[in-house]
Amino acid sequence: MATTLLEVENLTVRFPRLAAVQDLSFSVGVGETLAIVGESGSGKSITALALMRLVPPPGRITGGSIRFDGRELTALPDAAMRKVRGAEIAMIFQEPMTSLNPVLTIGRQIGETVRLHEGVSRRIARARAIELLDLVRIPEPHRRVDDYPHQLSGGMRQRVMIAMAVICRPKLLIADEPTTALDVTIQAQVLALLDNLRRELSMGLLLITHDLGIVGQWADRVVVMYASRKVEEGSPDAILDAPWHPYTQGLMAASPRHAGDLHYRRTPLVEIPGSITSAFGETGCPFVPRCALAEARCREVVPPPLSLGDHLVACVRHDPFKEAADVALAG
Amino acid sequence: MSLLQVSGLHTRYETNDGVLRAVDGVSFAIEAGETVGLVGESGCGKSTLGKTLVGLVPASEGEVTFDGAEISHLSPAALKPVRRRLQMIFQDPFGSLNPRQSIGQILTAPLAVHGVRSAAERRAQALAMVRRVGLPDDTLQRFPHEFSGGQRQRIGVARALILAPQLVVCDEPVSALDLSIQAQILNLLVEMKSELDLAYLFVSHDLSVVRYFADRVLVMYLGRIVESATYDTIWSRPRHPYTRALMEAVPDPLRRRTAAPLSGDLPSARNVPSGCRFHPRCPFATDLCRSADPALRSVEPGHEVACHHAEAIFAAAGATPPGAATVH
Repeated sequence: MATTLLEVENLTVRFPRLAAVQDLSFSVGVGETLAIVGESGSGKSITALALMRLVPPPGRITGGSIRFDGRELTALPDAAMRKVRGAEIAMIFQEPMTSLNPVLTIGRQIGETVRLHEGVSRRIARARAIELLDLVRIPEPHRRVDDYPHQLSGGMRQRVMIAMAVICRPKLLIADEPTTALDVTIQAQVLALLDNLRRELSMGLLLITHDLGIVGQWADRVVVMYASRKVEEGSPDAILDAPWHPYTQGLMAASPRHAGDLHYRRTPLVEIPGSITSAFGETGCPFVPRCALAEARCREVVPPPLSLGDHLVACVRHDPFKEAADVALAG
Repeated sequence: MSLLQVSGLHTRYETNDGVLRAVDGVSFAIEAGETVGLVGESGCGKSTLGKTLVGLVPASEGEVTFDGAEISHLSPAALKPVRRRLQMIFQDPFGSLNPRQSIGQILTAPLAVHGVRSAAERRAQALAMVRRVGLPDDTLQRFPHEFSGGQRQRIGVARALILAPQLVVCDEPVSALDLSIQAQILNLLVEMKSELDLAYLFVSHDLSVVRYFADRVLVMYLGRIVESATYDTIWSRPRHPYTRALMEAVPDPLRRRTAAPLSGDLPSARNVPSGCRFHPRCPFATDLCRSADPALRSVEPGHEVACHHAEAIFAAAGATPPGAATVH
C-alpha cells in the first residue's frame, strides 16, 4: 500500500444527546481513493467535517486522533488548522449551487481564492482561474470564466467547485456526495474527473457517498458505516462480491441495481426492515433492531472489529479468522 | 380502449429567455393495470409531462384522454371528478406534506372534498389506509416532522391512494430515500397495485429502478419520447444510442467500467438542436441527423424508436447489452 497520508484512530464525535461518530478508524494513502459508504444518519458527513475540524457546535471531537501528513490535527492550534484547510485538505459538497455566490462570476470567485492563497494580482488570478477551468475540463474556459453560477449546469458547477478545491494542490480532497444531485450521465463524468485529478495531482481522495454502485469503479478501498460506527471495510471486490456484514449484504440485496433480471411481477425486493433511527440507545450492535440474524449476544456489547487480510467486519456472528481456519482444516 | 391516451402533447413555459418547450410533441398510452416507466435526465421534461397529465401544469397543445374523456383543457371544477381517479405521488416526502397539518387532516381532506360526509367515516378510512401502508395507529394525530423520510413517503402513498384511483403518476418516489428504505417503498407500491388494480406512470432518472418496476419503458430526451418498449426488450435490445448511453451510466457495482460514457450536458429546451435533438451528443450522428428530425417509428412489434440509424447501430453493436460491448 502507498504511504499513509491520513490515519484516523478511534475518532469519536459527540453532540449533547448523541454520538455521531464512535471509535472510527481508517486510513487514506497518498494518491489513494477511500470511499466511506453509509445512509443518512450513519455519521459519514460528520466524519468529513471532523477531519477539517469543522464539526458544528455543540458537537465536538471528544476522542481519538487524526494524524495527517505527520501532524496531529486534533491538537493543532486554530491558526495552524486554518492553514491546513483549503491548502492541504480541501472539500467539496453535494450541492454546488449553495456553495457558490450567485452574484459573482465564477472567474471572480475562483480568482479571489487564488489571491487569498497566493497573493497575486487580479490579472494573474484571472489567468489562473482560466487555467483551473481548463484543468477541470470546462470547454471554452476563457469565455466561461465570465459566467455566473446560474448560467452553468449542475455538472459544470460541480466542476467549478472542484477547480476551487484544487487551487492549492491539496494532499487530500474530501468529496461529500459530490454527484448525488447530478444525473447518472453527468455523475460518471464528474467521478472520472475526480479520478483523473487525484492521479495528476497525487491527491488522496476521500469519497463520501450513499451509493454502493459507484464504489466498485472509483474506490481503492471501502468503509461501510452504520449508525456512527464502521461495520465493514475491505476492497471493492470483497465488499461487493462477498460482503460479510448483514447490513452490507442487505444493502446489496435491496437494490434493484443488483437485482439482475428480477421484475416486480415475479419477485419482491429484499427489504431491510425499519430505519436507522432504531439504532438510537442500542447498547450492543447498532444494527440489531433491523437484523434478521440477530441473537441475544448481539445486544450485549458492540461487536469488536475483526479482520482477515484487509477485509474487516464488526459482527459477533462473524469471525473471519476462525472461518478461514475451519475452511483450511476441512479442506 | 386505453385507460390513458396522450396524443401530440406539448407543454411550453414562457420565460424571459424565450419559450421553453418542456414537452414537445409526445404520444403514448397506458392500459388499465399497467405500469409504464418514464426515464430521462433532469430537464428532459419527464416531471412536466407527469404534472401535465394530472392537470398541475396546463397543456399548451394536444390531447389527454382519460377513461374515454378528454381532460387536458378542463376547468378546475370540471377536473375535480377526474382527480379522484388520477392521483400523484411526489419525489420529496418533506416538501409535499403541509407541516402544519396533522396526518389525519392530510388524509381526510381528499375524502371530504370528494363527498364522504361523515367525519367518523373519513377517520375510519384514513386509519385503515395508515395501517395498510405500514404505519402505527397513532400516525393520524401526529405531524409530518415527526416522521422519517421513508415514513413520510408512506404517508404520500396513503394520500394518493385513499380515493382508490385508477392511475397514479409517481414522480421519482424513491429518489430522495436511502437505499435501505427504497426497497420498502417499491414493495409497498407493488402490493398496493395488485390490491387496487392500479396503473402507474413511474417517472424516474434511474433506469435500473424502472427496469425492475415497469411493464413498459418510455425513454425521454429533451421533450420527446425517443424509445418505447417492454422492460425486457429495452434492456436486452435497446435501439436508441441515448438509451444505450443511459444504461452505460447506471453505476453497477458488479460491472467495473473505466470511462465516462456520454459527453456533454443536456441542451436547453429553449434552444432545441436542429434535426435529431440528440445529435450533438451522439457518437453516430451524420448529416441526416443534423438536418432531419426522426419520427418515432416501429422497429419490431411493441418497440418504437426515434433514430435514423437504429438498424445500422443495432447491427453493428449486436444484441449485446451495453456494458458488455462498448459502442463508443
